[in-house]
Amino acid sequence: MSSNDSTGKTLLVASLLCIVCSIVVSTAAVALKGEQVKNKLLDKNRNILAAAGMLEEGKSVQEIFEQRLEVKLVNLDTGEYLTEETATEDWQKAALKNPVAYDQRKAAKTKGQNEILEGSEDIASIKRQAQYATVYLAKDEAGNVETIILPVHGYGLWSTLYGFLALQTDAKTVVGLGFYEHGETPGLGGEVDNPKWKSMWPGKEVFDEEGDVAIRLVKGSVDPKAPNAEHKVDGLAGATLTSNGVTNLLQFWLGKNGFGPYLEKVKEQGV
Amino acid sequence: MASETKKVLFGPIFDNNPIALQILGICSALAVTSNLNTTVTMCIALTTVTAFSNFFISCIRKQIPSSIRIIVQMAIIASLVIVVDQFLKAYAYAISKQLSVFVGLIITNCIVMGRAEAYAMKNPPIPSFLDGVGNGLGYSAVLLSLGVVRELFGAGKLFGIEILATVNDGGWYVPNGLLLLPPSAFFLIGLLIWALRSAKPEQVEKSEFSMAPQSKALAH
Repeated sequence: MSSNDSTGKTLLVASLLCIVCSIVVSTAAVALKGEQVKNKLLDKNRNILAAAGMLEEGKSVQEIFEQRLEVKLVNLDTGEYLTEETATEDWQKAALKNPVAYDQRKAAKTKGQNEILEGSEDIASIKRQAQYATVYLAKDEAGNVETIILPVHGYGLWSTLYGFLALQTDAKTVVGLGFYEHGETPGLGGEVDNPKWKSMWPGKEVFDEEGDVAIRLVKGSVDPKAPNAEHKVDGLAGATLTSNGVTNLLQFWLGKNGFGPYLEKVKEQGV
Repeated sequence: MASETKKVLFGPIFDNNPIALQILGICSALAVTSNLNTTVTMCIALTTVTAFSNFFISCIRKQIPSSIRIIVQMAIIASLVIVVDQFLKAYAYAISKQLSVFVGLIITNCIVMGRAEAYAMKNPPIPSFLDGVGNGLGYSAVLLSLGVVRELFGAGKLFGIEILATVNDGGWYVPNGLLLLPPSAFFLIGLLIWALRSAKPEQVEKSEFSMAPQSKALAH
């Protein structure tokens, strides 16, 4: 047994073990990647439908998604949809052809497809954003648009929260809000996933009469009789910074650097 | 030999239960037992990891230098846990999202380490593998009983299917919310240990000291 404890043997065992373990771990990671990406996408689509309250028992997510959702790209500066005429660059043409495959997160990091946000503009602490954002238009049985679903994200306490905000076609009444990816503290900030908390959102109004973004989370609970109660939602207990993060990201994405111009257009001209 | 195998495999369920007798692995027993879906997944994950880590460690036990043996054990356990985690993400995404960090925390679960150090380092691969399965079963037995009590009386459901109609859904059962919170598992584990030790008094530990009889007061 003593020969096992020589320096040479120790190094040999350690390095062999490292090689074997890393091969095993990387094989598993690479081999299962495809399946995991598929799951992630499915989970994202499920969250889009959940935000709009469109999940149905017995129907697959993919089925509802294909039947009732139209995916479009919006220029965040002008609020215009990307169309045949406005698509000049190659990536824009590709995105127009297959809008589901457009990756807004990747675009936010790609030069030429993104914009850098300056200090005071960047209330959601996301540093850079894509020029074009995906919007999901949910249709009823007759084919009329009934819900607009907007992707939103911003920094909470530990992590960037990614989620979806669903609005009615008046572009101000909330249908639902849900986050599909975050790394907030379970039990505190992680309560953004709590169905009870999420159920407070439908019916809230995001803009005030002057058209400014008014929605925010407040400490404690909201008295439904208080003035402006339609713009306020209960903050998360014990998670002030996550609550502020949610307020900030909504303020940003509904404001002039986010979907503001687009929602303005929807209000004037309809979807 | 057959009775030996039986002892290795089924001993840990009642006679030498890792949670109830050795008081190991309590942390995950509190965290994942509020519903049965996560409980079952966690049991399978932990049993798999314990069995295979015991097996591999035992295979190379004669080559492991004693100065780095704990690190070697940890590296093997950690690799297995990552593989299990990747599998869950690929084939049981919703559950892996609910379990979040707890799958990763199997690495630090005392049962896995404890069996590797106590059994696999001294015994051949096959018995070690069985010992891992046995201890996994012992852990599962406790977790499943906690999970059944907590989900049934805390939410009125089993595996998410309604058994007792709760007041919120227009039924008659007022669920006990405490059972959904981690501390309730402490009480339940305590009761379980009490029951087990009453039935099998040989599991009761000897007291480490005995109280001296009360001394007389010195002055009146």
